[in-house]
Amino acid sequence: MEKAIRRYWPIFVLPTLAAFCIGFIYPFVQGLYLSFCKFTTIKKATFNGIDNYAYAIQDSGFWHSFWFTALFTVVSTVLINVIAFAIALALTSKIKGSNVFRTVFFMPNLIGGIVLGYIWQILLNCALSLLQKPLLALNATYGFIGLIILMCWQQIGYMMIIYIAGLQSIPDDYIEAAKIDGATNRQVLFRIKIPNVMPSITICTFLTITNGFKLFDQNLALTGGEPAHASEMLALDIYNTFYSRTGPQWKGYGQAKAVIFCIMVIIISMIQLKFTKSREVQQ
Amino acid sequence: MKIKNVLALGLVATMAVAAFVGCGDKGKDSAGADGKGKVYYLNFKPEADEAWQEIAKQYTDETGVEVSVITAASGKYEETLASEITKDEAPTLFQVNGPVGLANWKDYCYDLKDSSLYKELTSDSFALYDDDAVAGIAYVIESYGIIVNTELLDKAGYKLEDIASFDDLKKVAEDITARKDELGFAAFTSAGMDGSSDWRFKTHLANLPIYFEYQDKKIDSTDAIEGKYLDNYKNIWDLYINNATCKPADLAGKTGDDAENEFASGEAVFYQNGSWEYKNLTDKGMKDDQLAMIPIYIGAGDEANQGLCTGTENYWCVNAEASEEDIQATIDFLTWMVTSDAGTKMLADNIGVIPFKKAADTTNLFVLNDRKYTEDGKTPVSWNFTTMPSEEWKNGVGSALTAYAAGTGKWDDVVKAFVDGWASEYKAANN
Repeated sequence: MEKAIRRYWPIFVLPTLAAFCIGFIYPFVQGLYLSFCKFTTIKKATFNGIDNYAYAIQDSGFWHSFWFTALFTVVSTVLINVIAFAIALALTSKIKGSNVFRTVFFMPNLIGGIVLGYIWQILLNCALSLLQKPLLALNATYGFIGLIILMCWQQIGYMMIIYIAGLQSIPDDYIEAAKIDGATNRQVLFRIKIPNVMPSITICTFLTITNGFKLFDQNLALTGGEPAHASEMLALDIYNTFYSRTGPQWKGYGQAKAVIFCIMVIIISMIQLKFTKSREVQQ
Repeated sequence: MKIKNVLALGLVATMAVAAFVGCGDKGKDSAGADGKGKVYYLNFKPEADEAWQEIAKQYTDETGVEVSVITAASGKYEETLASEITKDEAPTLFQVNGPVGLANWKDYCYDLKDSSLYKELTSDSFALYDDDAVAGIAYVIESYGIIVNTELLDKAGYKLEDIASFDDLKKVAEDITARKDELGFAAFTSAGMDGSSDWRFKTHLANLPIYFEYQDKKIDSTDAIEGKYLDNYKNIWDLYINNATCKPADLAGKTGDDAENEFASGEAVFYQNGSWEYKNLTDKGMKDDQLAMIPIYIGAGDEANQGLCTGTENYWCVNAEASEEDIQATIDFLTWMVTSDAGTKMLADNIGVIPFKKAADTTNLFVLNDRKYTEDGKTPVSWNFTTMPSEEWKNGVGSALTAYAAGTGKWDDVVKAFVDGWASEYKAANN
């Protein structure tokens, strides 16, 4: 059997590989090519060199979205992970009904981003209106806070599940031994639990960082980029450049922005992976 | 061992085939039945989808020519078109929304100059020209203005004839607001700035200052708007937001449905919208004798002779890339639509007034209002918003209007978005 697998591996790989090529590699390469073109429809593209990139780089809206997104990513990554970890700790400490809580915390994740965005828009606008404050669409700061609240609410449950799994896989012996040696709860947390859940932390920070950077649905539904693009994140900026502008040049600009965006996300998540991976310990 | 290998290979092959089955099972008979060609209409108006499906079926039954109608989701027409048109089975019939939209699609527009459809138009001005070529043909003429609930106006002690200028409108509206608690209704419906409603102000209302400026300068498009009538724009906007059913600060979250429901349930007297709204309002139980449409007076030009804003932004275009037979089938279908009894009746009932010689008569009250104004010698305000440089410009004006209404922005920002935004967007769109 071993030998057969070794001999016929291409056949086993083929279906997935073909799907990957058709669904990912081909569109990606074509997208890369189109980022150097001016086009209305992808069949009628004319090559125009690096004009698109030149435009994308000097577009102030693009850089505004970049910084807005970066700030959002940092804040949401920290908040989501800290809160999710805290809840995971609480729910692994054998309190009553912890299964019910786990289910409840996980549930927001089952609702789609667009739906959540609109629900939270109504909720937050209602609250702001009662407080006599300008609505979400009028104030980018509220828009930002709204997005953070929404993302925390949605993602904490998911990250919590990953942390719970990580915490449960720590052998009880470690904690018991530490306690016998006289370690305080604080020491157990920082010296035993956190180093041992580093793989979960790697995964969770990776997920929250990339989710933060790629955020689209929630941004579109909650603020729509209002006021005047001030709460527009990178993905929405690209979408708006590509779709809401009329004229062949815009498609190319959007495409170039998308390529830059893709490279940025890859670089940032690579750095993060390297950083957290180096702190993982072997059990 | 060998049998096992063969079995494994076979299984894998089956899996691979299964994975890709369903990708390519579209009909191979793309040439159409017996060379008649066929029609694929990418419809812009979701509210008319059902009517189009029915009429398409009827046409197919009568002539044997296959007609398929696909409707793009609301607000997603351009994207849907951009992806559909690259397919092998591309739409043979699509629409553009005026000169700015045409600039994007002119490579795909078949010249309709010699077509039977063009000859049915009542006037050349309903065609959209790309140099000398007839790139698009308008298929509906619509009007917008201020829809009035005459019953409530009566209750407030006024008649339609009392409103013949901006000053009159302001007087009536402010009087109603002053007596709002006693009367139990407001002057205007909420001027919602949610995406479902903001086009009424950033596009339709903004048409008026543009129209009067064009009139003064005797032009029909410009690369830089001067904003001569922006003070009038401010006055009417102030009137809308300060005499509405809700506080100006809440407008940012109000939707088109909100305004429609407020109007239909008698919470406000005035509601800015167009003839396409007639069906929605009557469906909600409003009667013809409760309704009327009056011009949007902004205190500019000759108000005594101002009519409703009447024009079109819907032009049919035939895909020049389609096969010869399909183009002919599409033109035949459209000609049938605008000449046959069934076609014209469907268009009159569901779309509105069509600018073709054999058009059936309409029962749409607002269209009849418009006809009356024109008969009385008033000049309709033309639709110049088709010359607005881009969607982005409209969005900029919309955001500024919303912020101004809520008090977080100044009117100067609106002026800046209007005037400077026009110049920069025009430049960006035409480089």
